[in-house]
Amino acid sequence: MAGKTGRVKVKINQVKKIFDSRNGEVVALNGIDLDIHENEFVTVVGPSGCGKSTLLNIIAGLEKPTSGTVSCDGKEITGTGTERGVVFQQYALFPWLTVKGNVEFGLKLQGIKGKEAEEIARKYIKLVDLQDFINHYPKELSGGMKQRVAIARAYAANPSVLLMDEPFGALDAQTRTQLQEELLHTWDSEQKTCFFITHDVEEAILLGQKVVIMSARPGRIKETVDIDIPYPRNQETRMTQEFLEKKNYIWGQVYQEYLAVRK
Amino acid sequence: MEAHTLVDGTAKKKKVKRNLAERIPNGGWLAISLIAALLFWTILSLIPSTSRSFPNVFLVVESIGTMMQRGVFWKDIGSSLISVTSGFSIGFILSLPVAIVMAWYKPIRFIIEPWIQFIRNIPPLAYVPLVVISAGVGRTPQIIVITIATFLVMSITIYQGIKNIDPTLIKAARVLGAKDRDIFMRVIAPASLPFIITAIRLGTAVGLTSLIAAESTGAQAGLGMRIRALSNTFESSPMLLYIIIIGIIGLIFERLVKLLERRLTGWQEKRDV
Repeated sequence: MAGKTGRVKVKINQVKKIFDSRNGEVVALNGIDLDIHENEFVTVVGPSGCGKSTLLNIIAGLEKPTSGTVSCDGKEITGTGTERGVVFQQYALFPWLTVKGNVEFGLKLQGIKGKEAEEIARKYIKLVDLQDFINHYPKELSGGMKQRVAIARAYAANPSVLLMDEPFGALDAQTRTQLQEELLHTWDSEQKTCFFITHDVEEAILLGQKVVIMSARPGRIKETVDIDIPYPRNQETRMTQEFLEKKNYIWGQVYQEYLAVRK
Repeated sequence: MEAHTLVDGTAKKKKVKRNLAERIPNGGWLAISLIAALLFWTILSLIPSTSRSFPNVFLVVESIGTMMQRGVFWKDIGSSLISVTSGFSIGFILSLPVAIVMAWYKPIRFIIEPWIQFIRNIPPLAYVPLVVISAGVGRTPQIIVITIATFLVMSITIYQGIKNIDPTLIKAARVLGAKDRDIFMRVIAPASLPFIITAIRLGTAVGLTSLIAAESTGAQAGLGMRIRALSNTFESSPMLLYIIIIGIIGLIFERLVKLLERRLTGWQEKRDV
């Protein structure tokens, strides 16, 4: 069973991000402090434009904070690294590669080739249940299948931290519930630290051990709510008293921020 | 109720139309189209005011023999093909690095792009005399003119393609451990392939359309040169023949590019026409 071990995996320390725009400076993140523990599943909710994705990009090493630091395993993050995998909302599959080619992409960059790479790719393609589509191109897959490939691709590179930026946001409700359960299942078997961004409060509670609520711009952490519902969780978890209480509470908090954005 | 029947009516009409289009196979349509064109041509050859420009099909076919007898038929085709393919090839080889550099380094883009756009709009025929002054007559100026014309259109097309590559793909590669070199070889190169093929298609077309201009540089042979020469003697049959041959060569080029496209970029989500 995955869960908190107490060791801090990712430490976010006083991170501030300012963008220069035509109308002057925009403060996207203002003083973010957050500890993500090893094998922990942290979800982030907040109104759009609150800097959730910026925070994820900073942890991924795709953007640099204006001030403050982020470290992973005690080492300061200065760029991308294969110990931190990312799943994007827009799938970002390489359209010229087959399912297998996409999943092998990271492996080849790490110098793993031939039979060995193929074996690893097959394992993760099977994990996301796409073994029948191994030689298909992305254009031949549905949205849900594409996102499964993206997840398999991230897993195959064997990161210890998985960063997900609204990965199920573009999918229909049915596919989304299916992928949520699959994700919980793989998180359990693969032992990863997960940082998962969503705008869906229910999704955040269903998946996370900890829900981080972010405030409207400038993005700050408004509150962190622990979700003590035991795993394995599934769709029935949504009906439990505890779930509904958390949902009402967090939704109320997020709604206040939506109102703040409107003003 | 009325709206309902209206919708039904159009639906039915569409259905009938589709059936007619589907009942005749593609090859059949091609034949119909050819027959229609021949008919139109024949009408033009019968109308007194157009008959001098459009001699009938038999006269035009006959002129193949005339041109062969004069010993220029294959020489003209060969010469034009050599000029177009070499001009195109040099233009292509030059356009690739220029497009990449423009996409990669902003300062270079800002300096070069406006001039490419500026010269692109000038018909090659306009700068032919300038080319001849420096390069003399013969093969060289022909190749230079075609190189310039094809280079301009291809470098812009490829550059715009590279610029429009989805940045998330580059991010995805980076987080999987790709360095700049990997990004270039494994993302930029394959992602720009469709645009390179589009550029090739446009380049071959421009190469052919600038042929007449290129061969007005005192060429010894060539389809464009011959058309001009024949106009001095009002020999409209071989002229029309040569014009049709240029069209056929264009068609063959396009077919070859299509073949290339299908082989190399079959993975594309949308295939443009």
